[in-house]
Amino acid sequence: MTDTAISATRVERFGTGVLRWRWPILALTILFVTAMAAGGQYLKISNDSRIFFSEDNPQLIAFEALEATYTEANTVLIAVAPKDESGGAGIFTPDALTAVAELTEQGWLLPYSTRVDSLTNFSHSWADGDELIVEDLVADTADLSAADLARIEDIALNEIQLVNRLVGADGRTTAVLVNFVMPDDDVEAVEEVSDQVKKVVEKARENHPDLNYYVTGSVITSRAFGDATMDDLSTLGPIIIVVIFIVMAFLLRSITGTIATLLVVLFAAITAMGFAGWSGMVLSSGNVGAPTIIMTVAIAHSVHVISTVMLGMRSGLDKREAILESLRVNFHPVFLTTITTAIGFLSMNFSDAPPFHNLGNLVALGVVSAFVFALTFVPAFIYILPLRVRPRVEGQKAFFDAFGEFVVRRRALLLWGMAAIMIGLAAGVPQVELNDNWTKYFDERYEFRRDTDYIINNLTGVEAFEFSLPAGGEGAINDPEYIANVDRFAEWYRGQPKIIHVSAFPDIMKRLNKNMHGDDPAYYRIPDEHDLAAQYLLLYELSLPFGRDLNDQIDIAKSATRMTVIGRDMSAKEQRASADAANQWLKDNMPEGMATEATGLTMMFAYISKRNIEGMLRGTVIAMALISLILIVALKSLPIGLLSLVPNFVPAAMAFGLWGYLIGNVGVAASVVTAVTFGIVVDDTIHFLSKYLRARRERKLDAQNAVRFAFRSVGHALWTTTAVLAAGFVVLSTSGFEVNWSLGVLTAMTIVIALAADFFFLPPLLMKLDRSKS
Amino acid sequence: MNFLPRRPAAFFPALAIAAAFAFGWLPALAESPEEKGLRIALEAEARDRGFGNYTADQTMVLRNKRGQESERHLRISVLENEADGDKSLIVFNRPRDVKGTAMLTHSHKVEDDDQWLYLPALKRVKRISSSNKAGSFMGSEFAYEDMTSQEIEKYTYRWLRDEPCGEMTCWVSERAPVGKNSGYTRQVSWVDQDEYRIWKVEYYDRKKMHLKTLTVPSHQQYLDKHWRADEMMMVNHLTGKSTRLIWQNYAFGADLDDSDFTKVSLKRAR
Repeated sequence: MTDTAISATRVERFGTGVLRWRWPILALTILFVTAMAAGGQYLKISNDSRIFFSEDNPQLIAFEALEATYTEANTVLIAVAPKDESGGAGIFTPDALTAVAELTEQGWLLPYSTRVDSLTNFSHSWADGDELIVEDLVADTADLSAADLARIEDIALNEIQLVNRLVGADGRTTAVLVNFVMPDDDVEAVEEVSDQVKKVVEKARENHPDLNYYVTGSVITSRAFGDATMDDLSTLGPIIIVVIFIVMAFLLRSITGTIATLLVVLFAAITAMGFAGWSGMVLSSGNVGAPTIIMTVAIAHSVHVISTVMLGMRSGLDKREAILESLRVNFHPVFLTTITTAIGFLSMNFSDAPPFHNLGNLVALGVVSAFVFALTFVPAFIYILPLRVRPRVEGQKAFFDAFGEFVVRRRALLLWGMAAIMIGLAAGVPQVELNDNWTKYFDERYEFRRDTDYIINNLTGVEAFEFSLPAGGEGAINDPEYIANVDRFAEWYRGQPKIIHVSAFPDIMKRLNKNMHGDDPAYYRIPDEHDLAAQYLLLYELSLPFGRDLNDQIDIAKSATRMTVIGRDMSAKEQRASADAANQWLKDNMPEGMATEATGLTMMFAYISKRNIEGMLRGTVIAMALISLILIVALKSLPIGLLSLVPNFVPAAMAFGLWGYLIGNVGVAASVVTAVTFGIVVDDTIHFLSKYLRARRERKLDAQNAVRFAFRSVGHALWTTTAVLAAGFVVLSTSGFEVNWSLGVLTAMTIVIALAADFFFLPPLLMKLDRSKS
Repeated sequence: MNFLPRRPAAFFPALAIAAAFAFGWLPALAESPEEKGLRIALEAEARDRGFGNYTADQTMVLRNKRGQESERHLRISVLENEADGDKSLIVFNRPRDVKGTAMLTHSHKVEDDDQWLYLPALKRVKRISSSNKAGSFMGSEFAYEDMTSQEIEKYTYRWLRDEPCGEMTCWVSERAPVGKNSGYTRQVSWVDQDEYRIWKVEYYDRKKMHLKTLTVPSHQQYLDKHWRADEMMMVNHLTGKSTRLIWQNYAFGADLDDSDFTKVSLKRAR
């Protein structure tokens, strides 16, 4: 194939060198791996739910600006609902209200908490003569009479600030919302808070056993991100090792070979993860799949080397000769596939999500180290240990002979049939909807997901659109015109689909105006004068107790207010549409200075896929160009090199199309799949085409016979490596974390489809187009 | 060796140590940390007694985490009232839309304070419901309870240690609120032993976390007796927000009496 005489001898010299220095190589490998493994102790695991956003992510910047202006939005929401589903008084019972009051009290005691909002401590205001009374809605839970309960229910279910946020519209679920200011990058703080919340809820369960409790919020989300990372780290690793062991034992039928392969993949994973530790990388849910992926893609190298050795021994060579021959034959293709795979993964650096940079770099490092181990450690290891070769079942070879024959004979049908399937599947791509929803990143094995689902169905939504509406100057939020404008916006938003709650400043003003007029409902409107509004607000602010101030809704200069819009069960597409509509409405209907844009965690995730795909588009194109260039040079043929693009690129489109038909929603993982799989599936094409070209050039076979030759030579190897790769990514897809799950499924699908394209489409295409000198 | 505060030099060190050991077992004979803490507070109050009344201008500079700033301008008058609690009148000057708004406080030694607000736009006096002194004052990092003179009776005290502060030595004591309306579980203060001035206060919230720190960079003495802060800096460690409270134009002994601190007088406050 590509070997020139000079490099062939160089490779031969390398082979004899490896065997001569086998003991030092063994010792050095173990020493090196041990040294790398020591880096593992420095591995940091992050549970930051914002880790998927780069520092210059515009949505993150906008959200952090909002947080710095008002208050940091880390939350824990503890929902409470009576166990008895059948009617009754819902949450307006002494027992439920006592539980809520106790949870409210406990909320203040949670570490880093800054604010607690609940049904019981809601700042209810009313007028009493010339006194403005601002009091907790449920000031005392002892001796609540039926009349008290009815009064509380009446107020709560008519309070625009409570309904669908802290009280379900049907009065059957309520919640305590705790706000936190978390120390920066503090993994332990998240664990500390969530552990404490768990204890508080356990205590409540003990004291009030007739109630159910559900917990969600951004802090709990972060905890789930951390838990998912740990789960994946502790479960995926062992599973993949078992899978590799079984597949290898079955394929190689050799203990030494199997152990050698297993050691190589372990060494590769240890090298990469140790490097991650030494270099201070942070592991998170987004890149914790790294060891699994490394072990999967690192297998192929050793399989090629070992199976060629065994093939040689079976055909009568002694072990030393077989090893040397294997190194000679495999050095270049293995080198080539290493480079292409590494390029595919390195392209992840174009992603906007920092965890993917680490993932790409770690896998690339793992693949390169696996290449080194496969060509040094493996030959040394199998040279030292006994390697028994059993007679091969001839069936497989015969199978691929017959298979090649089938492809040659049915080439026209296959060509057009496959083309039709490709177009048909690729046509499903528009069905794919980019949809990242961080609560749905976790499958139902996580309590967090189940609780969040309950809360969405019964209490409130988790999609929050945050607006900081500028009033155009210091104190300007008290301008009646501004308040009226905000009110129009809030009213407009309340009429939008799937929007269930809007918290806006005018509601406070209207209520105050009413209070100041002896609670006359006719005065539930915006005050007429600027100064009057300002003075009402001052009076109200002076009446609020500790931690219940308006600083989370009004900026310090009183020049802007925050409006929070909560949606229920919206897809990312609906979220983007809703935000776009709101931004446009503001532009069209509000004075120029008031136009702003929706922000918040929801917005960040709504755009995460889109933004990552934009970044990865460049990365994918560059990776494809580089890999194709390498292919053209390696195969020494421009047309064949270009032709190879088809079976390399089309599978990803087909996989996405199939996904579009079957599932539809895809998250941020989708952005990297094309580039990653391109680097992997190209290996099959390289092996097939190099054999095909060797047959054409060296044996002067025509296209049809060259196809038969290629099938006979590499059909089995391609089939087995694909099976291993697919199995590995299927293991990744058992993750309970959506990003890893869909990365696993999409990649496995693409790899299998790519093999089908290499077997059923590439050969007919070659036979159709490659009609030159036969 | 707090039981020998007056004449430590009169003893030989060895004797002092022996005494410390001997009396250390008999705390009843010594001043307890609680007693000492209370004594310091009482002495600080006693030293300021007799100021009569004073007025001053206050400027608050609020700063958020982004570094944006906003100012509030107030004028405060305080009337000493030994019988129950001091009376104070705060007139708001800026923001402009609350100009002329005035807040009257009658503090009480034991019960909740009484507070009224005059709203010029409404031309009415509104009573503010009690139990609100722990909330944010005008969006700042100060609670009303941090800004005003606080009656001794509303706290329990405990001396913790002596500590050098600048060139002086400070008593470091903590006090815990008696009532349930405070936002704090305790406050730790640094009071210098020369003039009983407060230099620093650490505020601990309900979960006993260090929430805020007040520092006072400098004081001025008025009428050769009364020390007043020139400036107070309050930093919220949790939110990263801060507020600088600048005191200017202190004037003692103005023509003020009880009639200037009534609901009726609120309306003519300017």
